This record gives sequence, C-alpha cells and structure tokens, in this order.
Amino acid sequence: MLELLKNLASWLTSGPQWSGNAGIAHRLVEHLEYSLLATLVAAAIALPIGMLIGHTGRGAFVAVNLASFGRALPTVGLVTLVFLAGGLSKWPVYISLVALAVPVIITNTYAGMAAVDPDIKDAAKGVGLRGHQVLWQVELPLALPLIMTGIRLATVQVIATATIAAYVSFGGLGRYVYDGLAQRDLVQVLGGAALVAVLAVAADLALGGVQRLLLRGRPASAR
Amino acid sequence: MIKFDEVHKRFPNGTTAVHDLSLEMPEGQITVLVGSSGCGKTTTLRMINRMVDPTSGTIRLAGKDILESDAADLRRGIGYVIQQSGLFPHRTVLDNVATVPLLLGWGRKKARSRAAELLETVGLAADAGKRYPHQLSGGQQQRVGVARALAADPPVLLMDEPFGAVDPVVRTQLQDELLRLQKDLAKTIVFVTHDIDEAVRLGDRIAVFRTGGHLVQCAEPAELLARPADDFVADFLGAERGLKLLSLSTLAGLPQGPAPEGGRWELALDSARKPLGWRDGDAAADSPLLPVRALRDGDSLLSAVNESIASPAGLVARVDADGVLTGVTARAEIHDHAGEAHISAGAAA
Repeated sequence: MLELLKNLASWLTSGPQWSGNAGIAHRLVEHLEYSLLATLVAAAIALPIGMLIGHTGRGAFVAVNLASFGRALPTVGLVTLVFLAGGLSKWPVYISLVALAVPVIITNTYAGMAAVDPDIKDAAKGVGLRGHQVLWQVELPLALPLIMTGIRLATVQVIATATIAAYVSFGGLGRYVYDGLAQRDLVQVLGGAALVAVLAVAADLALGGVQRLLLRGRPASAR
Repeated sequence: MIKFDEVHKRFPNGTTAVHDLSLEMPEGQITVLVGSSGCGKTTTLRMINRMVDPTSGTIRLAGKDILESDAADLRRGIGYVIQQSGLFPHRTVLDNVATVPLLLGWGRKKARSRAAELLETVGLAADAGKRYPHQLSGGQQQRVGVARALAADPPVLLMDEPFGAVDPVVRTQLQDELLRLQKDLAKTIVFVTHDIDEAVRLGDRIAVFRTGGHLVQCAEPAELLARPADDFVADFLGAERGLKLLSLSTLAGLPQGPAPEGGRWELALDSARKPLGWRDGDAAADSPLLPVRALRDGDSLLSAVNESIASPAGLVARVDADGVLTGVTARAEIHDHAGEAHISAGAAA
C-alpha cells in the first residue's frame, strides 16, 4: 500500500509526466475544455427552461421528472449510443455531458424560484413591477443561491464524468484511467482518478467563490 | 374617490368572491372592509389595483374605469401594503422603500433621499435604511411596508390586514401612527381587517361583508355600532358593541366636581397637584396607595367607564393636558352619560 502511494506520488510529480501532448498539463486542459463547454451549453439550455417553469409555475412536473430521469440516465450507455449512431467525433461526448448537466440545473433553478415567498412576488407585482421585472429583480436574485448550487453540482458531475471522452478515443484525464486499466497499470489509473477528483473540488471551490461574490453584502436570510 | 358599480367576481373554480358590489370609498377617508375569512373583502381590495379583475361591473378611480389603465402603471399610482410586509429580503430597507420611485424613473439619488425622508415619516431611525428587512422586528417591517407604499405619494393606499401579524401592543402603536399620518396626508385608504376593534378605531366608514361576498352594511362606526342592519352585523360587532360605541366618544363636556375630602377615600396629590393614588382612610397609615389612572378630556368614554369601575372610590380623576388635577367625576354620572351617548348615537344615525 505504502509502495503504491509512493509510486503514485512520483507519477504525479515527475517532470516528463506533465509535459508533451500526452502529459498531465495537456490532458488537464483537454478535460477542462470538455467540462466547461458542456456545462456552459447545459446552462444556456437549462437556465431559461428552469426560469420559465419557475416564473409561470407551469410545467413543474417536467422539472420534477427531469430530475429523476437525469439521475437514472447511464452516461456511458448514452455516449456509446451516440457514438454508434454518429460515428467518431466529439459530439457523443458533449451530448452525453450536456444531457447529464441539464436536469440538475433545471431542477435547481426551478426549485429556487418556486421557493420564493409568494407574498414577496405578490407585493412586487402589487407595487407595480411588470412580469419581467418581477423575474429579474425579485425571483432570480432570490433564487440565485439555489441556481448557483445547481451549476456547481452540474460542474462537479460533468468534470467527474468527462473521463468518458477517453472511452471514445479522445483525450482528457480519462485517458490515464482507461489506458491504465488496459495496461493493468494501477498507478496510472489512480493518478488519473486523483487528478479528476482534485479538478472537481477545485472547480467547486472556485464557483463557491463566485457565488459568495455575487451574494456579498446580503444578509444570511437571503443567501 | 373609488366607486364600485355592480361588481361581481366569480373565480374559475365557481366560487363567488364578490357579489354585485356597489360601494363608494370617499376621498381622503379610511374605508375599512371587515368580515370573517372568505367574505370577499381581500378580493374587493385587490380588484382596486387590478391584482384581481372583476368578472363584471366597473370600478372607477377618480372617475376613470380602472380596466382602461395598464395594470402595472395603475399599481404604481396606488400604495399597497400587505400582511407580511412583502419586503424584498435581498434589498436594503432604503432600496425597498425606493422601489416605486425607481420604477417611475426618478433616478437613484432622488429616489433614495425620498426613501430616507419616508423612513423618518413612519417613525424609523435613519440607520434602519442600511439594514435588511429580516434584521427588523415585525412592527418595524410593517412600518417599512407603509413607507414603501407612500414613497411615490400616491393618492390611494390599499392595506390588506397590514397589522394582522404583530402583537397587540405594537398593533395599537401602528394604528396610532397610521391615524397620525392620515391627519397630515389625507389619503384615500382602503383597509382590510377581520378585527372589528381595529375597524372601529381606524375607519371613517366601515363596510361589513358576509360570506359569499355580500356587502351587508356600510356606515360610519357610530351608526354601525348603534344600529346594526341585521343580526349578522350585530353578531359580528359582538356583545360589547355598546362599549365599543363608547370608545368613539370622549370625556369632554362631562361635568366634574372637587376631589373628595374627609371621607374614606382621598386622592393623594404630589406638589404639582398631579394624582398619585387613592388613600384608604380605613387602612393603616403606612399602607400603599391604590392606583389611579387619571383621564384627560380627550380620553374615551369607554376608558372612563373602565376607570369608574376600577377606582375604589367610584370616582374618576380628571386632569388637564399637563396631568394636573382638574376635578373628579362620579361613576353614576359617567354611566348616565354613557347611556345618553348611546341613545344619541342611535338617534343621529
């Protein structure tokens, strides 16, 4: 066990391991690229849908069912399916990752907006805010904490799952995991997994910082 | 003036909230809509700022059919206060109050200085503006709610059970403040409550609603208490409606005599001739004085009846504005006067 950890440490810290096209630095950038692009696209799709459901109160069942659907969706199965249907491209990777992230963001956005006190919305309308003003000035700011939680959850899940890019022959940190498994190189598998975990935690912390920045000055009751 | 003309509201689920309502809410007065829950009083209020649109009939505000106005524009010209204050928890108190001026495009600086001015008007310290709603007590939040409603100086104020969620002591304070504000501002106020005492206290006119959205009686408080239109209104006003009527008259004009001397009960005074308490001549010399609650001319006849019962001497001590004794009035005199007040209110109505 101790031997394994030593090997892992030297694998992670050796200079040559970090450089070149198959090096950790390059794989990290690839991994981040897949993850961030997928999360951004997912957010671009999911935020408006979640906002619409939350604001109108219509289609709430869609949001609730999406959550269960998203949890049950096997990402590896989806990536294989799209790969078989569409051939060799990055599309299967992105489609799978986006499909993974969208439900989380929709349900959190919807839940955040649904949790806004109806009295506050009523008062906002009653003092003369128009529908879009209620949305932007009251509902969204108050739902922001939960919306951000959704985005953080989605980002962590996408980073953890973006290893599947390697499953369909592309790069990213998953390369080490799949190659290590194929070569029965446990150190490489562990190294890849550890890097993915660290990246996920780092992304979550960074987004947590963004969230604090967005909510700065607010009392605890509105965070 | 707000004028309801045969207004009917039926909700999609088939319940009738307001039944053929014709009612005028006079300018510069407080009209209280009162009734038990489900009587349509809140729906009536919410139809005025188009939070609910009537199924049929017309509502005119200053002569204009409100359905001709854009709903949001209409609401910006009408103050709106609700029970849980409905303040925005993510905005400071000052920004909450500045909401409507900002919507009207006043510009941030002007809106904020107006908001600060209003916080003072409703009796809040200036530094309250920097705080967030949840950092204030329930009573303070309601004051902020009133300030927000007044911010753009609308002629009409709609208040939906605004003091329903605060404790009785704070409620009384808020009611006093509202009456004080109203003296200066003379807004057309429509006030919803289920508390008949609040209605009597605040209302220039009281409209009593019955379940199903029927208006049963609309009258001035004294008329309502003296001559309820039917058993429903009488029941709603409660068994103490005679006493409530007394809360509307004052002690002024009630004759007073000199304080008793030489009997069992003597009124102890301080050096400025302010009453301290009743001294019992039959008790030991060092026994404590019994409490006295001296009344001024502006105090209600109800408080006089109460004091005449509470006073061991059966006398009510009367004082001037400075608290200096002017004389006493006997229990029998007060009770006679109370009875006459009741009869004359009935006759006037």
